[in-house]
Amino acid sequence: MARMTMVEALNLALRQEMERDDSVILLGQDIGLDGGVFRVTDKLIEQFGDSRVVDTPLAEASIIGMAVGMAVHGLRPVCEIQFSGFAYENFHQLENHAARMRWRTRGRLTVPMVMRAPYGGGVRALEHHAESREAYWAHTPGLKVVVPSGPRNARALLASAIRDPDPVIFYEAKALYRAFREEVPETEELIPLGVSQVARPGKDLTIISYGAMLRHAIEAAEELSNQDRIEAEVIDLLTLSPLDDTLMARSIEKTGRCVVVHEAPRSYGPAAEISARIMEKSFYYLEAPIERVTGYDIIIPYFSREKHYIPHSGRIVHAARKCLNI
Amino acid sequence: MGRNKLDINHRLDYLSILDENGVAVPSLEPDIDEELHLKMYRFMLLGRLFDERMLALQRQGRIGTFPPISGQEAAQIGSVALLKKSDWFVPSFRETAAELMRGRSMENVLLYYNGYNEGTIIPPDQKDLPMSVPVASQILHAVGIGWAAGYRNSGEVVMTFFGDGATSEGDFHEGLNCASVYNTPVVFICQNNQWAISVPIARQTHSTTLVQKALAYDMAGIQVDGNDILAVYSATREAVERARRGDGPTLIECVTYRVMMHTTADDPKKYRSQDEVESWRARDPLTRYRTYLLNKSILTPEKQERLEREINDQIEKAVATAELKMKDLGDPLDMFDHLYQSLSPELQEQKKNLATYLETAHPVTGGEDHG
Ligand SMILES: Cc1ncc(C[n+]2csc(CCOP(=O)(O)OP(=O)(O)O)c2C)c(N)n1
Ligand SMILES: [Mg+2]
Repeated sequence: MARMTMVEALNLALRQEMERDDSVILLGQDIGLDGGVFRVTDKLIEQFGDSRVVDTPLAEASIIGMAVGMAVHGLRPVCEIQFSGFAYENFHQLENHAARMRWRTRGRLTVPMVMRAPYGGGVRALEHHAESREAYWAHTPGLKVVVPSGPRNARALLASAIRDPDPVIFYEAKALYRAFREEVPETEELIPLGVSQVARPGKDLTIISYGAMLRHAIEAAEELSNQDRIEAEVIDLLTLSPLDDTLMARSIEKTGRCVVVHEAPRSYGPAAEISARIMEKSFYYLEAPIERVTGYDIIIPYFSREKHYIPHSGRIVHAARKCLNI
Repeated sequence: MGRNKLDINHRLDYLSILDENGVAVPSLEPDIDEELHLKMYRFMLLGRLFDERMLALQRQGRIGTFPPISGQEAAQIGSVALLKKSDWFVPSFRETAAELMRGRSMENVLLYYNGYNEGTIIPPDQKDLPMSVPVASQILHAVGIGWAAGYRNSGEVVMTFFGDGATSEGDFHEGLNCASVYNTPVVFICQNNQWAISVPIARQTHSTTLVQKALAYDMAGIQVDGNDILAVYSATREAVERARRGDGPTLIECVTYRVMMHTTADDPKKYRSQDEVESWRARDPLTRYRTYLLNKSILTPEKQERLEREINDQIEKAVATAELKMKDLGDPLDMFDHLYQSLSPELQEQKKNLATYLETAHPVTGGEDHG
């Protein structure tokens, strides 16, 4: 066990998966000598060489389009898109090809690839470097969407994503990259995709979140415990698509109340889908309307104002109290 | 029948007028009057000094991440100097010097890099687009503006800027293709500064030059010494005249160098040698132009000193004004404005909810730098 940041844990996952399987190839801008702008691929080029850690020209469509071809040929490309705000340049390759190659060929050709991309605000970055648009990908049939919330699960989920037989969008919260350290085992650890976890047990209220917002959800739960004697259960989704609606149903059957938290804009965001699932599965257990704490339906403002856009524990506690009628 | 040579024009020029010691080839010296020389020099110097000031501000935490422009002043000023106020300027993100010459205020630049949306406000009489961060995406806007100028027969010329890395993006190729298909009055200025973050030009493209990409679209093109303002100016003048005559677009490759880091969040020591940087510092565009102007007695040591003082004062004033302004800005409720012409009922509700929430004064936390 070593205490690692999320950057180091992701690096460990990449290194071990590359050691394990020579069909794993990394592609991306500045991932070689530079080690990626966030250093997630640091030193991998030294160990695996430039035929497996491939610095690409500045073209996202080239990266993802080539990855589709490489995957069809049997490789397992893991692409780094420098910031998720630039993944629109490769949108068509995912939507039109990666997501439907298996479907179109009735299972003959498959695209086992991963697109890693940093998302979200909170690090005083320039515009286009702070958006949370995971809903785009989660809305695309044929893609899986994974969003880790810390070093340890990031490592285990990335390893699973690389081994997954289908294309996976792997969203990494920039705000978490170096935010804290966790014990990460050297030995193999996998978390299956499509399975969420209880991050904090509780009985009075369910808070559902993922990614960078998870810490704020837990902070809010602690505050509710200290100030209101309310024990909130916090669910960490980990995978957005396919969505695990079993664990949340079980929790809500116990608590009857729910707050969903994400940084992405509110309308048509993940919380809308989550709320609909809860209505379908657990309607009769609900004792109050579901509350959503999300980004607003605007572009995330330049960083001097971003703290007002990004949800935080204060807003979560506020929504929880409303939901609890206190 | 048979195998014959295709009749394709594949001749391209490289232009260089001012050598590294500031001596010009007399037969190629462009006709520039003293006033314009001094204006161009002023903006090159402003570009450099403002860059240095911003770097200090960034290191003190008074602004966020920004991309320095030092070393690229000639490529920017020598080209943008040819635009009339009525022409269009479509920048990328590393053209601060050109933007200042076009009339963007330093306050505006400082607000932008300190995370205020007010920093991308364009003055009403300015036909400029705000800087564009997604690499190469602005190139197509320039072509569209050029198309519209043709449709309206306005006589306007459009100039767009981008880097060497941008030439790998589809948007670049699509832009050049459309520009020549529609014969639009666009001047494409490629600042080939040898690096796209950590990727050197040799790994960005297998082409010997970037300008040769113009050939694929049967577009006029020229490669110039981008640290030589006279060469940049001459080539751009030809291109602007061509566009104005209705004879179509031009690609100009300015061969220059990014002597600083990519952005203040970058550490170039990881991927390039200091020797390389030093060899380019010796070809500094500003020193070269200064020597030329001194030799011509257009500039004198006294004038230079006065100018530098003036510019430094101007910068300090701008910093003070911007910092004062920042104190009044930042009302979070402003972030809802200008997304649409009018706020939808849903957005009005969200704005009201935030206002109510803020009245109860809950604390919020900030973040660290990266970009
Ligand atoms: C579409 C897109 N992809 C990636 C980035 C991240 N990025 C910002 S600048 C840059 C390198 C640009 O290189 P170049 O075009 O040569 O311009 P320079 O930075 O050298 O001025 C990269 C990769 C971006 N801004 N936009
Ligand atoms: Mg460059």
